[in-house]
Amino acid sequence: MAIDMSQSTGVGQSGGAGGSSAARWFARGNIFTATLFGAGGWFFGHWWGNVIAGHYTSVQNSGTNDVSWLLGAIFAVVAWFIGLGALNHPIAKLWGGEAPMAEKKQKYSIMEYFSYSTDHKVVGIQYLFAMLMYFFVAGLLALGIRTELLSPTYHIWGPDTYIEIVGEHGTMMMMMMTSIIMGPFGNFLVPLMIGSKRMAFPRLEAASFWFTVPAFFFLLSALWQGGFQSGWTGYAPLSIQGGVGQDAYLFSFTLMALSMLAASTNMVATIINYRAPGMRWSRLSVLTWGMITTAFTMILSVPVLIDGLYVMGMDRAVQTSMLYGQHGGSPFLWENLFWFFGHPEVYLLALPGFAITTEILPVFARKPVFALKTSIAGMIGVATLSFFVWQHHLFNSGMNPDMRPLFMLSTELISIPTGFLYLVGMGTVWRGRLRFNVPMLFMLAVFFNFLWGGITGVYNSDVPVDALIHGSFFVMAHFHFTIMGQLMFAVFGAIYYYTPLFFGIKLSEKLGKIHFWTMFVAFNSTFLPLFIVGWLGQPRRVFEYAARLQTLNQWVSISAYVLGLSLAFFVVTFIWQLVVTRPKSEPNPWDSRGLEWQVGIPVPKDNFDRIPVILSSPYEYGNPNAGPMADLSPTVASVGSDA
Amino acid sequence: MALKTSEESGSPAAIARKHGSRIVAIWFILSLIIDLVVWFVWGPHMPPGDMTTTAAGQQFDFKVLTVMSVPVLLMVWVYGAYVIINFRDRGDHADGYYVKGNRKSQGLWYAATAVLVLFLAGFGTYELVVPAGAGVGEGPSPIWKPASTAHMLQVQVIAQQWRFTYRWPQFGGMETTSLVLPVNTEIQFNVTSLDVIHDFWAYQLGVKADANPEDNNVAYTKTQQTGRFVVRCDELCGIWHGAMYNYGNVVSQNAFYQWATNMEAQNASLTKLLPKYSTVYVPNDNVAGGQYFNG
Repeated sequence: MAIDMSQSTGVGQSGGAGGSSAARWFARGNIFTATLFGAGGWFFGHWWGNVIAGHYTSVQNSGTNDVSWLLGAIFAVVAWFIGLGALNHPIAKLWGGEAPMAEKKQKYSIMEYFSYSTDHKVVGIQYLFAMLMYFFVAGLLALGIRTELLSPTYHIWGPDTYIEIVGEHGTMMMMMMTSIIMGPFGNFLVPLMIGSKRMAFPRLEAASFWFTVPAFFFLLSALWQGGFQSGWTGYAPLSIQGGVGQDAYLFSFTLMALSMLAASTNMVATIINYRAPGMRWSRLSVLTWGMITTAFTMILSVPVLIDGLYVMGMDRAVQTSMLYGQHGGSPFLWENLFWFFGHPEVYLLALPGFAITTEILPVFARKPVFALKTSIAGMIGVATLSFFVWQHHLFNSGMNPDMRPLFMLSTELISIPTGFLYLVGMGTVWRGRLRFNVPMLFMLAVFFNFLWGGITGVYNSDVPVDALIHGSFFVMAHFHFTIMGQLMFAVFGAIYYYTPLFFGIKLSEKLGKIHFWTMFVAFNSTFLPLFIVGWLGQPRRVFEYAARLQTLNQWVSISAYVLGLSLAFFVVTFIWQLVVTRPKSEPNPWDSRGLEWQVGIPVPKDNFDRIPVILSSPYEYGNPNAGPMADLSPTVASVGSDA
Repeated sequence: MALKTSEESGSPAAIARKHGSRIVAIWFILSLIIDLVVWFVWGPHMPPGDMTTTAAGQQFDFKVLTVMSVPVLLMVWVYGAYVIINFRDRGDHADGYYVKGNRKSQGLWYAATAVLVLFLAGFGTYELVVPAGAGVGEGPSPIWKPASTAHMLQVQVIAQQWRFTYRWPQFGGMETTSLVLPVNTEIQFNVTSLDVIHDFWAYQLGVKADANPEDNNVAYTKTQQTGRFVVRCDELCGIWHGAMYNYGNVVSQNAFYQWATNMEAQNASLTKLLPKYSTVYVPNDNVAGGQYFNG
């Protein structure tokens, strides 16, 4: 079976548009051909790896061949992309042809969502479902952890299964969180918000999504291959010790890193170059600002992760000995490389959450964003400082104690720009006319939850207090407040807010409020006691704990089940309304001034008939003299008048 | 006390003063009450207690940070509750008061957060440096040491998958599986590992130091009360990480010397078989069954 590479079948083109080359579905790139190719690639790579490395002493001693696993995975992913048709365009170019971009359509067949689409709106929806899949699978794993912790000694899972579930949950969540705003909302909304018909690099954008799919399955496959015992932080030499499940960890994380690089490169190029006339930096929406600062942070930090994972892969496969001591390496190398990425990473989870909160808040407060420039300065400040704090994860490691006061200072300094979020939020609601729709409830919850996460972050940064709480459940509760409490609440608010634009439906307020209140109460009831649990001496990632902490742990576990039920309620009601009832939405149900809401529902295939001319800020609520944000059918004269 | 904001009149500054003074009054009274409770009622019972100087230091720092956090938490809560009660949509779908910034309040915010943060960094640094590293592992060549090291007890903590053993260079280099310490004594922990990264966390002692393979990580504390303490591994080290813990005791100085000299005599025949005491040990995989050499 061959992929049709004729020129008229462009990347992701479903064929038949011109009627000339109606290639059948199996000859077009899609998820089925990709899976088939990927499986073939896996078997080829795996076989080849055995041929190459079967006689290595390390392979003969340990009985596992990391070379063949990694080669299998690499060939599987390359073949997967060939099967998707991702290489049709570059190969056509090499032959001197030019495969045209796929025709955008007003209404896509369901198959379009399972193919290498270059339409940013399709990619956004692909990302939304994929990232929610990550979230709910990893969430189920969390319930597995909490079930084990019902009792102070191990009873459900063996210690090996328990630690595999912990690592799987952490890694899957951390991989997903990097993309859960930029993927769905960034891709779908940024062109609409900046007045562009397209992204700068649609093929890169498509690639960024299609990396996340094999990443998910490779990561999940670790559970069937002995898992990985190192948690998501993958500290060496423990990560060198593990079986092939560890290869699944490092390989899927690398795929996700490549996805982040592709997505952020596209985002930066689009935001800088594809703004409509009149879209000055001062008129850019906060979400767009959040996306560009996040994208820059990713571009600078993610390569370090890729390097680190590459080093780990080499150490495991061919004993290069960079991360363990016997032959000149050092476990400290991994700690530094990992956190040099890892700490910018946690802020690039937080930034999009801040951005989307600041984006949605003024719509429901009916006021302009308060101190808009401060909010942007805050995001840039957080992004910049995030590169100077990584050693606060290593206060106990024994590394350079001289630098501890400095890292304590830089970490505490970051609470100044994060505090700007509160200044901006509190200023924005001051004397507003708050409308408590479901998205607004989620945004207010972001402020409530992140306050816990932010304040306890100061505890973590203080070296003497960190000596008490480092590596305990206190830290774990802290980052669940900042990531789930802030980012995931922002995501759910954004889902309720943007479903009219994404799917043409408006989710029920009543069901949404049931979801919100159960989730909000259960979330706080789950994670607030964990601060106490950690403070009282329970380390993270343990299956045995002090008997005196059992009551608290059981309280947490039961709350976690309620939280799980609340999220299940969301899944059921969301799919029910999306597929069965489809409550139709008006074009601009929230009375937003944002450009993305002015194009109508569903969003036209090219977003705008003509490139709009931007006339004012998107946040001029309450200004009686404010005209519309943009002229959607500009004449030559109006373009000239603004420029 | 919901106000009819839609009928509010007066200059923006006067309205801001009216609402602002109420918010500040509620915030101030609540903060004062809760802070007093935190400092005097809750504070003395905060973990990890005061068995050692470093534990007491951690308890004190935690208390100070909590006293500073309460007003911040309350500021957001009181303000948020006030706003949610008073500035809601009255059903007329009107827009809010058009304001895009306020130089005074923004300036105050920047200044206040900067002062708070710089104070915290200064306080944290003082509390780190003065109590000789605050019980945190300082690596092989510590820079913050106790004032007097004359009568310091040296304990080596050797972590391996998945247990802790202790070596006593001042008692013939003997090795024990339990940790007994004398009261009112400066103690130097030399923490190392034989395989992967572990972490020596003696909870009630207020000591935490990563155990790195082929590296020595030094932490100091001074015992000041007798009692039982728990030692846990605090860095993920593989399958049985959750079961890697044991208990120790701080006992009177006499009881300690009795225990230590007894153990030394009992273990003398075994101590001879151990590699010579060293700050780090390097595994040698070439010997059947594995063996450790001095680094």
